[in-house]
This record gives sequence, C-alpha cells and structure tokens, in this order.
Amino acid sequence: MSSHAHTGGSTVHAPMAEPSGFIRKYIFSVDHKVIGIQYFLLALTAVVVGIVLSLLMRFHLVWPNATLPFVSGGQMSQEQYLALVTMHGTIMVFFVLTTAPQGGFGNYFLPIQIGAPDMAFPRLNMLSFWVTFLAFVCIIAAFVVPGGAPISGWTGYTPLSGLGEITGPGEGWGQTMWIVSISLFCLASLLGALNFIATTIDLRAPGMSLLRMPLTVWGWFVTAILGLLAFGILLAGGILLLLDRSAGTSFFIPAGLVVNDQLQAHSGGSPILWQHLFWFFGHPEVYIAILPGMGVASHVLSTFARKPVYGYRAMAYAICAIGFLGFMVWGHHMFVSGMSPYSGFAFSVLTMSIGVPSAIKTFNWLGTLWGGKIQFKTPMLFALGFVSLFVSGGLSGLFLAQPAVDNMLHATYYVVAHFHLVMGVAAIFGIFAATYFWFPKMFGRMMSEPLGKIHFWFTFVGAYCIFMPMHFIGIAGGIRRYADASAVGFLAHLQPVHEFMTIAAFITGAAQLFFLFNFFYSLKFGPKASTNPWNATTLEWDTDSPPPIDNFGGHYPSVYRGPYEFSVPGAVDDFIPQWLEPSQVARVK
Amino acid sequence: MPSTIVTEEIELIHSDKGPGGGGFSVGGGDGGDSGDSSGATRVPQRAYITGMLIALAGILMFFMAFVSAYIVRKDMPNSAWIPLQVPRILWLNTLILVVSSFTLARAHSRFSARDDEGFGHWWATTTFLGVLFVAGQILAWRQLAAQGIFLASNPSSSFFYVFTGAHGLHLLGGILALLYVQFRATRKVTRGTAIEVVSMYWHFMDGLWVFLFLLLYLGR
Repeated sequence: MSSHAHTGGSTVHAPMAEPSGFIRKYIFSVDHKVIGIQYFLLALTAVVVGIVLSLLMRFHLVWPNATLPFVSGGQMSQEQYLALVTMHGTIMVFFVLTTAPQGGFGNYFLPIQIGAPDMAFPRLNMLSFWVTFLAFVCIIAAFVVPGGAPISGWTGYTPLSGLGEITGPGEGWGQTMWIVSISLFCLASLLGALNFIATTIDLRAPGMSLLRMPLTVWGWFVTAILGLLAFGILLAGGILLLLDRSAGTSFFIPAGLVVNDQLQAHSGGSPILWQHLFWFFGHPEVYIAILPGMGVASHVLSTFARKPVYGYRAMAYAICAIGFLGFMVWGHHMFVSGMSPYSGFAFSVLTMSIGVPSAIKTFNWLGTLWGGKIQFKTPMLFALGFVSLFVSGGLSGLFLAQPAVDNMLHATYYVVAHFHLVMGVAAIFGIFAATYFWFPKMFGRMMSEPLGKIHFWFTFVGAYCIFMPMHFIGIAGGIRRYADASAVGFLAHLQPVHEFMTIAAFITGAAQLFFLFNFFYSLKFGPKASTNPWNATTLEWDTDSPPPIDNFGGHYPSVYRGPYEFSVPGAVDDFIPQWLEPSQVARVK
Repeated sequence: MPSTIVTEEIELIHSDKGPGGGGFSVGGGDGGDSGDSSGATRVPQRAYITGMLIALAGILMFFMAFVSAYIVRKDMPNSAWIPLQVPRILWLNTLILVVSSFTLARAHSRFSARDDEGFGHWWATTTFLGVLFVAGQILAWRQLAAQGIFLASNPSSSFFYVFTGAHGLHLLGGILALLYVQFRATRKVTRGTAIEVVSMYWHFMDGLWVFLFLLLYLGR
C-alpha cells in the first residue's frame, strides 16, 4: 500500500476487520467482492452445463440415430432434444449471460470503481446471490424430476407450457420447476438491481460525477435499471402461468383447446398475452446481457490502445438510449403472431432505430483504436472480438427487424445465428475480456498470456465457423427446433453444413479447456500481480490485488478527472489515474 | 396538512446531512455507535430513501404487468368474461386504508415534533388499521367463496384474487415493517430514516390499492 500517492482529499480511517470463520468469510459473506466471485463461479458452473447441452444438441443433429450410453432407450427422442434446447437456452441466458457480467463483475467492480467500501445494502446483496443459487438448484433439479426437463423453450410459450404433462414429458414437474426457478431468479435480480442503482446514485466517492464514471459502471447502472423494470414483468407472468397450470385459471389458455384428443377445461385465455409479457421482459433482457459487455469492451479498448475512449459522453448517452429503446421493441419477436401491420411497422421502425446508438458505439470503438499504440494482450483480443461479433451479429438484426423479411426467417436458424452472435457469443467475449482483464485484481496473480491467446483464436475462429454457416441454413428454410432435419426433403442436402458446424462446435468447446486450465492454474501458480499491472486509470487499480475487505484499506479515494486519461500531451506517463491529485501529475519540463 | 409536509422536509434534509458532506460517511459518523454491524453506518441515510424509491418503481412494474394483462384479457374476443360484483366490504376496507395513511402522516409529524408518545400512539393506530384492512380483505374473499366464486371460476374472479392477493402480501410486509419500526428500530441515527422509508412504502401501497379498487370497480 506504500505506493499510494493519495493525500489531502482522501479520508483515512482504521481498516475494517475481516470476519473470521470460513462460513462468514466465504459462504454467507456480505462482502461484495466475495459475492461477486460467488456469482462468477455459479456462472462458470452453469456455462459448463450449458456447453455440454449444446454439444449434445449438435451431436444429435448430425447423428440422430447414434446410440448414447446415458440416454434411456439408447437413442435420444425428439422430446429429449427439445428438453436440451430449453435447458441450454434457459441456463445460458439467465445463469450465464445475466449472472456473470452483472452479478459477477458488476458486483465485484462497481463499488470499487466508484470508490465505495461496499454495496449500499450488503445483506440484500447476499440475499440476492443465495436466491439466485436456489433458482439454479431448481433449474438443475428439472433434469431429475419425473418426466425430466421441460420442452417449451426458454420462452416458455403457452399453451404448451400451461397445460401440464399432457403436452409432453417434462411439461409436468419439469415445467413447474422451470417457472419456480425463473420466478426466484426474477426476485433475486430485482434485489440486485435495487442495490446496484442505489449504490451508483449515493455511494460515489467525492469528485466521481456521473460523467466521470467508467463506462463499465454506466453499463452496469443502465443494466440494473433495465433489470428493475423488466424482471417484475416476468415475475408477474410467471405467477399467472403457474396459476394456469396448477389452479385451473385461464389467463393464457384459450377455450376449446384439444390436446391428445382431450378437450382442455379452460376458457378464453390468450397465448399471445404470455408472449407480450414474456417479451416485454425478454427484449430488455437481451440488453441486460450485452450492455455490461459494451462497457467492458470500451474500458479495455481504451486501456490497451493507450487512448481515451473516443466520444466518452456519446458512449454514455448511447448506453442510455439503447436501454430506453430496449423497452419499446418487444413486438419484433412477435411479427408472426398476427399483430396489426401498423403495430408491426411501429415496432420495426423503433427496432431499426436502435441501430443508431449501436452504430455510435461501434464508430467510437473504432475511433478509440484509431492511431492508438495498441497492445495485443488477451483482454484486448477479446474486446476486439466483442466488437467484431457485435457487428456481425447486429447486422442480421436489421433484416429480422423488417416484418416482411421476418415472415420468412422467423423460427429458422437465421434467428438462432443472429442472437447467438450478437447476444450470446459477443456477451461471452465481454465476460472473457473482463476475466482476463480483472483476474490480476481479483486473485492477485496474472493469467498466462500464451494460453490466453490460444484460447482466443480457437474461440474467435470457432464461433464464426459455428454461427456463420447457420445463417445459410436459416435462409434455406431450416427450422430451428427440428430435432432431425436429415429426413426433411428440402433440408437433407444441408446436412454437410450441419456436420461442419458440429465439428467446429466440438473443437471450440474443447478449446475452452485452455481457459479453465489457465484460470485454475493461475489461481495457484500465476506470477504475482502488482497493484496496477495494465497501467490503467480507474479506481480499482488504486488498491491492493486483491483488494482488502473495505476495498481501499481504510482510506477512501477522491477523484480528480475522467476515467480514460491516456497519452495526455505534456504528461510524463501515458496514463493519469483518476485518483491522482493534479499537483502530483508528472509533467514534461 | 401543509404544516406537516414542511416539517417532513426539514426532517428529511436534517437526516440527509452526514459528516463530510459530499460522499458517504465512514465509520460511525454522528451517532458514534459504530462497530455494531458491518457496513450499517457506512451508508448515508439517503441511500435508504433512494433504495425505497427504486423498490417502489420495481413493485409498480410488477403490478402494472397484472393490470395490463387484466385490460387485455378483459376485452379479448371470446374472453368468457363475467363482470364481478366487487364485495361491498371493499368500500369499507378502502376507507380504512386511506384513513391509515392519514394516521401515518400524523405519526410522522409527531415524530418530527419529538413527541415520542404521540408518535407511538399514531403509529400503532396505523398498524392496527393495516391489520383491519387485511382482515377485511380476507372477509371479502370468504364472501366471494360463499357465493361459489373462486380463483378459477372466471377470468374476472381470477384477476380479483390475484390483485387482492398480491397487494395483501405486500401490505403484510408493510405491517411487519411498521412493527419493526415501533419495537426494534430504536437507534437514533437510523430511526428517522426507517420511519421515512416505511411511510413511503405505506402511502404507496395505499395509493396502489385505491387504483386497483377503482380498476376492479369501474373497469369490470
């Protein structure tokens, strides 16, 4: 801590005592850093499960008749395939893409980056993690309940999800577990969002004005606002769906519905109503997954290009604009639901208007790189990969945003390719960039650069090999939920493309072992990290690696400038940290 | 009660002031009783007010999801909707809850005037009225059940039970918070904030109920 060059403005107090005892310290901890790591490890567990499920799906698509040792009956049934689809989507969207960037890194670094000792409500923070954990236990339990996992997709469309066992195995117990899990997840996310917002508003260090916050903080802050306004909607929808299933109400189930030759005793509900409730949550959820990644990408690009973020204000406002517009476009998921063409037109125009803030962000990322002294460290590679994937995936969104085109592409692999690139893989690249970037701060050791680079290239090339060909299958009419397309006449000739994608998926999946090895090996044997190994400027680099219990060891930083003061003309160093007093900045004589 | 509002604001501004002015206060601050729990005194009191405002926004969205579902579902073609005669006791319940907001405001102004006894009296009255309201709601449910109208009888009754049930649960939480403030939140530094925060919640639940009641009554 002797390296600290803070005086004057910062207040100094006796350091806080760490809680003693394993359980208080690591299990039921109220320290946001421990909770952040707990969220991260939960997401890491979930992503391993999610990847295994997707590899099973890819395997089944290419070798549908193969005998598998762990499947009852030897061959995978179509319902089992649909269960894989459902569980892969649910686990990845909720427990990876929502949990890791926001619950994990947001929890760990938001308080530190704004100079706070902890979240505003530490106990609430602990509660939201443990409720998330419970939700994860529930979703995993869906595999082992009678009937197995649900088959109605991560969107849980009614009436399939609302009628119980009669609509398929997994629609009994499995679907109930799914709804319970998602409802718990909503509750936990609401508590988390509340904490993030209050912390950002009220716990910023002196001098940390809104427009001096790192763009990562902007990302987490706006994400939390989206979560606050969106998760309550899904929670309400989940409650109504549960009542339809177990109490015999008819919110979502229409009259006269005959399933398996049995007339269902419901009257006059609306399946479309569920879609509205789900997507009013579901579209903001897409931005909940990607906005933190945008923040991390901006942060990392600036640090390793040794240049200020190009157009910082525009970047912050663009995050807000994307968040705001994200609430007005849910109807574009429902163009084929029979909605009025006028509504379709409105949703279409609003959807395409999101291209404007997205283009601002992309332009500014490129502007940040332009003329920079770029250091190709692993986090930088993943941030660059994020930009690449975000553009590749985002562009296909402009096609899908048009009702006339969407009529043809809806429910094909084109959609699957689109959202995997722009929301799935791009967000994962954001998570990887964050992991490689902040690992030294979180665990006090460096990760291996060579292993990181191998991991990057396999994953980057692999992701494109999996998802680019998928667009063509979609344009050719490949339906996304078919368990076996080889028997469908007009799709059979596309099987070689499926084979290519499956091989790419297995190679990419295997390459993640480089990451896992690097992560766990470096935890123990990585070279010790200094306080500020990347010569970065924001407050988390003003404290030990890993930070002490109260983040800054009894002193609290003051902030004197914006977050990205790199290569400032006239300064000796090519970076000026936020915490450095103006008088202490070394100038060229 | 304009005079009440003025004192409320003064109290708010007063409780806002932490040592150091700008950022958060560290380690104890004005009360001097730090070290009793981790983090509790490190957070400026205004964060609790902010937190409650944020929570209310989230709760509002939750109820609005039900409300929009109600509006959509009611006007669907073939909705099989039979308008529900709301039990008459709801008028009385509504009156009780509205009155409880006034007794709460009274308690608040007594607290501002440093009249602890008056505060305890009016605060307890509010709690009692809250319990009375919940009891009245349960009575309304029993009346409907006696007529053979249950959760699944008709979409209109489904929504009635969902609205009253979700609101009732939130109100029960409010009653627990009122009891907590009366008996447990005795630390001088935080008591004012606790009263402020719980009052916000209670008034919000009151207003929300009036809205839901009007929706159920006029929009049936």
